[in-house]
Amino acid sequence: MNASGTGDQGRGTRGTRRETQDQGTRPDRRGEGTRRERRDAVVVPEAEFRSYYGRPIIKAPVWRYDIPAYLFTGGLAAGSALVAAGGDLTGRPALRRAGRLTTLAALSASTYFLINDLGRPERFHHMLRVAKPTSPMSVGSWILAAFGATAGPAAVSELAPLLPRRGPLGLVRRLAPSAGRVAGIGAAMIAPALATYTGVLLADTAVPSWHEAYPELPFIFAGSALASAAGAGLIAAPVEQTSPLRRLALAGAAIELAGAHSVETRLGLLSEPYTTGRAGRLLRAGRTLTALGVAGALLGRRSRVVSALSGAALLTASALTRFGIFAGGVRSAEDPKYTVGPQRNRLTGRENGRERR
Amino acid sequence: MGEQSPASAGYQQPPPRMGFFTDTSVCIGCKACEVACKEWNQVPDDGLNLLGMSFDNTGGLSANTWRHVAFIEQPRNGDTGSGMRWLMSSDVCKHCTRAACLDVCPTGALFRTEFGTVVVQEDICNGCGYCIPACPYGVIDQRRGDGRAWKCTLCYDRLKADLTPACAKACPTASIQYGPLEELRERAQARLEQLHEAGETSARLYGHDPDDGVGGAGAFFLLLDEPEVYGLPPDPVVTTRDLPAMWRRAGLAALTMAAAAVVAFLGRRP
Repeated sequence: MNASGTGDQGRGTRGTRRETQDQGTRPDRRGEGTRRERRDAVVVPEAEFRSYYGRPIIKAPVWRYDIPAYLFTGGLAAGSALVAAGGDLTGRPALRRAGRLTTLAALSASTYFLINDLGRPERFHHMLRVAKPTSPMSVGSWILAAFGATAGPAAVSELAPLLPRRGPLGLVRRLAPSAGRVAGIGAAMIAPALATYTGVLLADTAVPSWHEAYPELPFIFAGSALASAAGAGLIAAPVEQTSPLRRLALAGAAIELAGAHSVETRLGLLSEPYTTGRAGRLLRAGRTLTALGVAGALLGRRSRVVSALSGAALLTASALTRFGIFAGGVRSAEDPKYTVGPQRNRLTGRENGRERR
Repeated sequence: MGEQSPASAGYQQPPPRMGFFTDTSVCIGCKACEVACKEWNQVPDDGLNLLGMSFDNTGGLSANTWRHVAFIEQPRNGDTGSGMRWLMSSDVCKHCTRAACLDVCPTGALFRTEFGTVVVQEDICNGCGYCIPACPYGVIDQRRGDGRAWKCTLCYDRLKADLTPACAKACPTASIQYGPLEELRERAQARLEQLHEAGETSARLYGHDPDDGVGGAGAFFLLLDEPEVYGLPPDPVVTTRDLPAMWRRAGLAALTMAAAAVVAFLGRRP
């Protein structure tokens, strides 16, 4: 019964922790390294830490697969609304139609996932009883509501050709395209907020690897949203209209990969959950598929089949990235070393600063 | 308490802020607080578990455990006698001055009472679960089969009737002390000095400082070792402290996204 440590290396008493910190050659790098670094004799001290029988300090999210799935569908809906508006305004009807219908489908899936994840789904409407800027989930609920109120009508306007040409319904049929355009532009203006608030949603928690990644998460999600929407468009639209999507895929992938690279390298010990285990596998697979998807989108511009396969790769990659980021955060909540280590170093740094003064 | 403290939450002439001071140096690990809490608040059982790590078979705070007694067995520094010492500590919701659970709750189910405590309204909570990873102490949790989030209410019903919370009432050694926070802080400081004079130099206060990362806890502690040994975070910070910076980054990302879309569509046709 040793209350001072966990697992194979956490058994540091106060003495050993201090010793390892003193050995550090990079003391301001939060004093922690991965196991591999230690084995390779790169002298970055292991985060020796104490804990209560290795039990987690914070509670991991109780969110199930619904939430990472929503991160994907919400991003897809947002990106597709931008594709739809772009297609509408630049005379690419196939992009407009595909974008609007993808938006509606992804929005419906999002709503399902969000309600399904609630402990009390029948109380979903309690989300709209207050508007709280301190709660990213409250802000997000309102963004999603506004987005639904615009993207929904835009998608429905695509059904206008099914209406009769004459009579009152004929009038509706004639007005639908302009109403759809107004609604679609409205949705496109809300879309960037929908795609990026989810980064704040995850970061505004005590989950160490999410919180410390707050500068990157909205960018990763924005890039992933663009890439996935480009992917959906590449599957649905004929190649003559898809040149903007290929550029969009490239831009989205670049933003996403730059952000992911940053969280995987910038956060010291808190990068570890993103590079190892399940999260590491998901993110690596996502990165590979993103690269393949972008390459296919750029090189296969004359082939509908190659374009569609590239689109499928981009969509899958986006989903893998979302699940990977989610899994990395959960992992960092489950092991107390990710909570204790950085906080302890922060305290030590503050004490040292005080001594110097 | 101070009129500007977030813990006063806009109440007109509220009663003094109430809280707990848990002096772990006199805790005997009887778990009367755990039992009294369950009895009074009708908290469901959390299973009959044998964790095999100490006399603690509860493990930690949860939706169904609002007081939790930690048992730490460790070698005594400067070995005298048995060479071992027991640390025992009754953990509870900290009722933070800046409470992350309260900040992030999207329904308004979590609210600040007139006593400066933080309570979940069970008829409002829809079980979104956001408060759970937001808490820097891992206090609040979702109740299985119920779906909603639950935690210590600091016996809000008893406070309204001018009664002492159940755990403090049941504590036989006054390890759990209840009262106006200002008074408790003074009492804790005196006790700390007393222990230091008696040679117990490892004694330290935890959560008492209004300038810490959560603006000071409404329930604070006297500990005999580092907080993490008791399963407490050494330097907790309310996550919403960085929220303005987070929104700025999201705004920048949103603009980047919109710009990328515009550029992609304005590019020349091949």
